[in-house]
Amino acid sequence: MNANGKPKLAMYWASACGGCEISTLNIGEHILTVDAVFDLAFFPCIADFKVKDVLGYPDGYIDLCLINGAIRNSENEEMVRLLRRKSKLLVAFGSCAYEGCIPALSNLTTRDATLRAAYLDNPSIDNPAGTLPQPHTAVPEGDLEIPFFYHTVKSLDQVVDVDYTIPGCPPEPHQIWAVLQVVVAALTQGGSLPPKGVLLGAGSVAVCEECALAKHEKAVARFYRPYQIRPEPGLCLLEQGLICMGPATLSGCGALCPQVGMGCRGCYGPLPGAEDQGMRMLTAIASILDVSGRPGDNELDLERKVEAAADTIVDPAGTFYRFSMAHSLLRRARTDGVEAAVPQPAVWS
Amino acid sequence: MSEPFEPVIIGFTCNWCSYRAADLAGTSRVKYPPNIRLIRLMCSGRLDPTFVLKALAGGADGVLITGCHPGECHYLEQNYKTLRRFTLLRRTLAQFGIEPERVRLVWASAAEGARLAVEIGKMVEEVRALGPLNWQGVIADDGDPPIAIYHPQSEWVQGVAA
Repeated sequence: MNANGKPKLAMYWASACGGCEISTLNIGEHILTVDAVFDLAFFPCIADFKVKDVLGYPDGYIDLCLINGAIRNSENEEMVRLLRRKSKLLVAFGSCAYEGCIPALSNLTTRDATLRAAYLDNPSIDNPAGTLPQPHTAVPEGDLEIPFFYHTVKSLDQVVDVDYTIPGCPPEPHQIWAVLQVVVAALTQGGSLPPKGVLLGAGSVAVCEECALAKHEKAVARFYRPYQIRPEPGLCLLEQGLICMGPATLSGCGALCPQVGMGCRGCYGPLPGAEDQGMRMLTAIASILDVSGRPGDNELDLERKVEAAADTIVDPAGTFYRFSMAHSLLRRARTDGVEAAVPQPAVWS
Repeated sequence: MSEPFEPVIIGFTCNWCSYRAADLAGTSRVKYPPNIRLIRLMCSGRLDPTFVLKALAGGADGVLITGCHPGECHYLEQNYKTLRRFTLLRRTLAQFGIEPERVRLVWASAAEGARLAVEIGKMVEEVRALGPLNWQGVIADDGDPPIAIYHPQSEWVQGVAA
């Protein structure tokens, strides 16, 4: 804390969409309390700070630093390392920082393929010269540098030491406020901080337990994508053949998505004790898929029936690991050095 | 590269059929390669697919899942669940670049010791032909050089606990 005695707050985005900031501002009038309690030290979304301001702070100057976004390029990594050094408490804020979220889905492919999809092979792209971003470009005025685009998207805790994690895409405002209150009490009234490394702002059970939809014995013959059917209101979506990640996802959001007919996407991450959210969901889906047989049935016929039912789940890895790819047991797809095929300026090799 | 590659395969067996098949292979002096490490579960339906990922991420080159034939499950129909899990698992693993030969499902009744030994032998040779999986290498070699190479001017990127 500096002369005016107020703790310092920072919030930074790495590879993020901005939704975490919106959710933070959505705590409503409590934002005035946040403003009264904290001094902003760095918050690019809402206040004009520069990196050189942060560089000028002594180490540990920021009391609470919320970082959202995954680590997607070298600038993300550079900034979070800088902020780690300047912060007492560093919080992985939201699903991207926690476990990779949507950006980490590109771990199923290569840097080369991602850049191609973004700059070359896409109907909406007009790039006749085939220009691709280069980390280093020599121009008459000197050398231009842009951040280097990573092959593997990482979560925040895979790059720097993280004190707390708040899950969610984005975290729900009431959960954010609850966490801020605990931290504020600790910083200003000498309350105790939660033990390091814990998940804050979440429940402890599955989303299903806070979901109000009616649930029965589940047995579905096939699955549907959200656009294919109009779900019956008030009834469990899984029972209607819509994939809902509720059984494999931590509560805390209030089961918002299923209430409006969209299956839980899984953004609060795995339940306590589950090492791999995707596999937990796969298990749940396999359990309710109603394809079995009788003694003496032809085994090949049975396999074909199961394959046909499995065909109705398009992109299983992307569905089951939509938010948790970077934290999954496998973390990324094997690409056998394909990324090395991306042309690199000599300076990087 | 002096030592020839010996694949490590984790084999999950069920207490009532496939473990007894492996036992029968043993008592009948039927040989099968020592590359497989058998783990006994009460039922193939106990197999959380997380186990398979843990095995692969932890250094196994392949995983063999075995259970009672469909319709013969000691717990009535858990092996149907196994088949459904396996089908989804194989599709998921394909998206991670893992060859289908590395994770197989084989039904073996308690009387099929010789057949299980043949299937184990086949799988070991298939995985041997594919080569090591080395998933820790996939994770460690993430394709990105260290940060200091991109930002050599930023002294703070170094010496910070990761």
